[in-house]
Amino acid sequence: MEQSEQDTVTSYQVPHPETRPQDQSPSSRTPVFDVKNVSIYYGSFRAVTNVSLTIYENEITAFIGPSGCGKTTVLRTLNRMNDLVVGARVEGEVYYRGASLYHKDVSPTAVRRRIGMVFQKPNPFPKSIYDNVAYGPRINGIRNKARLNEIVERSLRQAALWDEVKNRLGTSGLSLSGGQAQRLCIARTLAVEPDVVLMDEPASALDPIATAAIEDLMKEIRSQYTIVIVTHNMQQATRVSDRTAFYSVLIDSENDTRTGTLVEYDQTASLFENPRDERTKAYVTGRMG
Amino acid sequence: MAVAQPRDPGQPMQPGQPAQPGQSTPDLREPAGWRRAKDRIATTLMWISFVVVIIPLGFVLYTVIAKGASAIGWSFLTSNIPPNVVPLGAGGMGPAIAGTIEITALAALMAVPLGVLGAVYVNEYGGNTLLARIVRFMADVMTGVPSIVMGLFIFSLWVLHFGFSGLAGAFALGCLMLPVVIRSSEEMLKLVPNALREGSYAVGATKARVVMTVVLPAAIGGIVSGALLAIARAAGETAPLLFTVLTVSAVNWNVFSGANTALSAQIFVNASQPYVGAQGRAWGAALTLIAIAFILMIAARVVTARFTRYSR
Repeated sequence: MEQSEQDTVTSYQVPHPETRPQDQSPSSRTPVFDVKNVSIYYGSFRAVTNVSLTIYENEITAFIGPSGCGKTTVLRTLNRMNDLVVGARVEGEVYYRGASLYHKDVSPTAVRRRIGMVFQKPNPFPKSIYDNVAYGPRINGIRNKARLNEIVERSLRQAALWDEVKNRLGTSGLSLSGGQAQRLCIARTLAVEPDVVLMDEPASALDPIATAAIEDLMKEIRSQYTIVIVTHNMQQATRVSDRTAFYSVLIDSENDTRTGTLVEYDQTASLFENPRDERTKAYVTGRMG
Repeated sequence: MAVAQPRDPGQPMQPGQPAQPGQSTPDLREPAGWRRAKDRIATTLMWISFVVVIIPLGFVLYTVIAKGASAIGWSFLTSNIPPNVVPLGAGGMGPAIAGTIEITALAALMAVPLGVLGAVYVNEYGGNTLLARIVRFMADVMTGVPSIVMGLFIFSLWVLHFGFSGLAGAFALGCLMLPVVIRSSEEMLKLVPNALREGSYAVGATKARVVMTVVLPAAIGGIVSGALLAIARAAGETAPLLFTVLTVSAVNWNVFSGANTALSAQIFVNASQPYVGAQGRAWGAALTLIAIAFILMIAARVVTARFTRYSR
């Protein structure tokens, strides 16, 4: 296995944080994702319809909404994770830095090397802590020991986990507590220096202290990454995000189908303080919508 | 049945013992009745089944050890097989031990990699496609084929053209092992949580890489013990070897050509002889075979523990 890793060494260039523009005013931000009129189907079932939004560089964008509104589904189209679901199909256009993500020549693997993902349930590999973090760099062809050590330390520091695990990097990643395991998964994602980090309810299984740690960490790394987060927790959205997209469910009682759709997308403060849509208002003020 | 009565919350509950005169604590025992009766019946049935299963196992082990232990010694394990009339003590089962190891190892070499790859195809790549369903169905059918039929199959396909050999026996045993390895490995791969695959895809791994670096390592413990169980089963098979390797009385180190022999075949041949010496050697061979299976089981445990040291 050690040897087979070498034959797929690619010319993949890790985008370095230093080369990215920083601290621009919101109006001049660079768009990272341009989602245009997207509908997502599972087989013949239309799960999400009519989503259009632009996600900007070095911002945290939150997706909120009731269960079944398609937040996670939309998130998973941003790094082609839905390709893994049999029968999943995307209509409309998703542009990532100007490139069409669903063009037939686009490799989902190449997409996911730039657009990482942290999942709802912590999913560390049954490997040592070190090997968990070094996994991404290794499959991307980095074999140099010193380089790997450096990446592992940097990623674990970024994920605010280094001090807790630095003396037991050889123990199993499964031995960590829920909050630590989730930070390990974040470190694993950051280790490949992605351009974008997608987070699917990363704190939903964690206690308030671990949640706060992850929120601090998101604010910390915002200057280097673009983050999209799905959350059920509206306070979390207001605490961490720059922009918020509110999704809701369209219920067709005739055919008994439920389809998610984007209702409103704005700067977080405006969306929560001056919602334009009645459904948004009902949801953010606590009356379900 | 206890009558619900107000109880002083400061008092500890002691079933059957009133905490204070005039007050009764709740009775927390399982009330007598149909529920308790069902529980007792089920427990009793469980114990009876356990004893019924363990008696034949213990009896077989005891008999084989009692009758076979006296035969076993260094010379028994290494000497050539003597003519049937020779009394116990001279000669041994060396060629059969060598043959069993050669033939089973060769069979494992063919069936285990093919079976694991087949399982990877069926579970990771095939999904619900027609080919995957055919492979799964055929593996099930193959599991049900009697071993003697597998021997005849190799006899007509291989032995009639190329003669008896350890290789032919290994083909037959391999055919018996293959479906077991496929199905047991597939079950192990199914147990690998999808979240692990997604975690790997999310850092840009290709499908082959996901399988090699995450799925197989996570399932390897179960795959190895499944494969070793299949090997242990195959090592004890007799019928397919009678048609494919024959029996010889001297060691044949060349597994690819010439008739060979195996412990299981020697047990069959020797046990049906009227000579006491031959019968004793059959018991010794049986004990040796059980010991080999036992060693393989232990090895399976050790290997599994080694591979799964990160899984908790």
